[in-house]
Amino acid sequence: MLAELSLYLSFPFVRYALIVSVLIALCSSLLGVILVLRRFSHLGDGLSHVAFGAMAAASVAGLKNDMAIVLPVTVATAVFLLKNGKRGMIKGDAAIAMLSTAALAFGYLMMNLFPTSGNISGDVCTTLFGSTSILTLKRSDVVLCSALSFAVLLIYILFYEKIFAITFDEDFAKATGVDTARYNLLIAVVIAVVVVLAMNLVGSLLISALLVFPVLSAMRLFASFRNVSVFAALISVFCAVAGILISILASTPVGSTIVACDFVIFLLCTVFGRNG
Amino acid sequence: MISIEVKDLSLGYEKQVVVKDLNFTVHEGDYLCIVGENGSGKTTLLKTLLSLNEPLQGSIVFSGGLKRNEIGYLPQQSNVQRDFPATVEEIVMSGFAGKNSRRFFHDESQKKTAKENMEKMRVADLSSSSFSHLSGGQQQRVLLARALCATEKVLLLDEPVAGLDQQSSTSMYGLIRDLNREGMTIIMITHDIEDVLQDATHVLQIGHTNRFTDIKTFRSGRKEEDHVG
Ligand SMILES: Nc1ncnc2c1ncn2[C@@H]1O[C@H](COP(=O)(O)OP(=O)(O)O)[C@@H](O)[C@H]1O
Ligand SMILES: [Mg+2]
Repeated sequence: MLAELSLYLSFPFVRYALIVSVLIALCSSLLGVILVLRRFSHLGDGLSHVAFGAMAAASVAGLKNDMAIVLPVTVATAVFLLKNGKRGMIKGDAAIAMLSTAALAFGYLMMNLFPTSGNISGDVCTTLFGSTSILTLKRSDVVLCSALSFAVLLIYILFYEKIFAITFDEDFAKATGVDTARYNLLIAVVIAVVVVLAMNLVGSLLISALLVFPVLSAMRLFASFRNVSVFAALISVFCAVAGILISILASTPVGSTIVACDFVIFLLCTVFGRNG
Repeated sequence: MISIEVKDLSLGYEKQVVVKDLNFTVHEGDYLCIVGENGSGKTTLLKTLLSLNEPLQGSIVFSGGLKRNEIGYLPQQSNVQRDFPATVEEIVMSGFAGKNSRRFFHDESQKKTAKENMEKMRVADLSSSSFSHLSGGQQQRVLLARALCATEKVLLLDEPVAGLDQQSSTSMYGLIRDLNREGMTIIMITHDIEDVLQDATHVLQIGHTNRFTDIKTFRSGRKEEDHVG
């Protein structure tokens, strides 16, 4: 088995896949801390469906570089949802549910009405559950993904204290002079970027798992915000690596295998954790 | 000498007016008690003073060099996430977040101030404990220590003893009294004015009619009511 693994690891595309998954797992778990604690767990889900719709629109429009559409659309949606989360005509979680299902439905409709390839259900399945596309990454994809991931990581570390203050008590933070509107915007943009990146890895249906599971696991084990952040990241990275290796050896779908690992770890943490 | 002057203030949400024609002034060192029925707009008033809500009408003037972000705040308890994974120290330190807008991290002097505030609020020995495992009274004292990191001048407290037992309430009021005696200006919403009649310097009653009086007038007014009743 080790020989088999080292054979696989000698292929650049396997190494690329590992690098990208580790980075995405790291970023998504950190953002997950913010989302879960601010009770926005569904935001990632909703955004990923919107990104799916945008992707469908891009492919129907015959655009080669769909990121140029998907990223701005997702960012705009995130900003809109976070801004109107508390006081809008439609309450936060209902707004998310509406947008996400509508985007999903329209995306699928468009792909059916204007098929761009012979294998629609294959395409759809790929976008929803992630795909082998993680194994067909080019060098440029890896560079882009690394740059974005480092930006996310840097933002989380540099603004750690403000992020904590806003996540724990937004009113207090705002009243005592934290520019909450600016940080909320920053967080929305970063979340959108991570969701779009993560679609490559686990597809748009499973993104929530990547965001939410590591945090919930870490919260079972630790009581401080710092430890929850650090260990959510470690757990998430561990699951990503384990998931990829298992999926290579057992020929299982990458995204689902990673999520399954996350789930198993969550169960273990719940059983053995002291805060469960 | 700092002061907060409220003139012809109307408060509310969108088009619904909650409180009308408020007028009062708070001076440095005052201890203002705000009383009124549930839903009369006490919390809304505090949030407006904190610039979390926009006033519908009227003005709030801060003078004597008091800046908007130099006010400490103890929120109504329902607004705090009791099960949040954080240590006491993490929460107290977050009181500085608004002061560090040009800096990413706190400095050593802030760490020292936080420690002093925790000692003042008698939660220093809990500094690495989990916030969610504390009693209600301990949690309130932690949040008060956080508020002290945000201000040295004015504290706004929204029902600080709601839900606490008699002993914790007494100790909480004691801590607030000590802060006031050290020069902190206090604006506090409370249900049981009886407990702070000795401490407060002014009373603001909110309701159908708003009344702002100093504590002597308030006490003698109550005596008269007793005689009539
Ligand atoms: N965010 C809000 N949007 C609309 N109305 C609100 C909001 N918060 C409070 N209110 C209303 O304003 C009134 C005053 O509320 P509040 O200031 O919380 O009262 P109190 O603190 O005196 O109990 C209540 O009628 C309440 O329903
Ligand atoms: Mg209230």
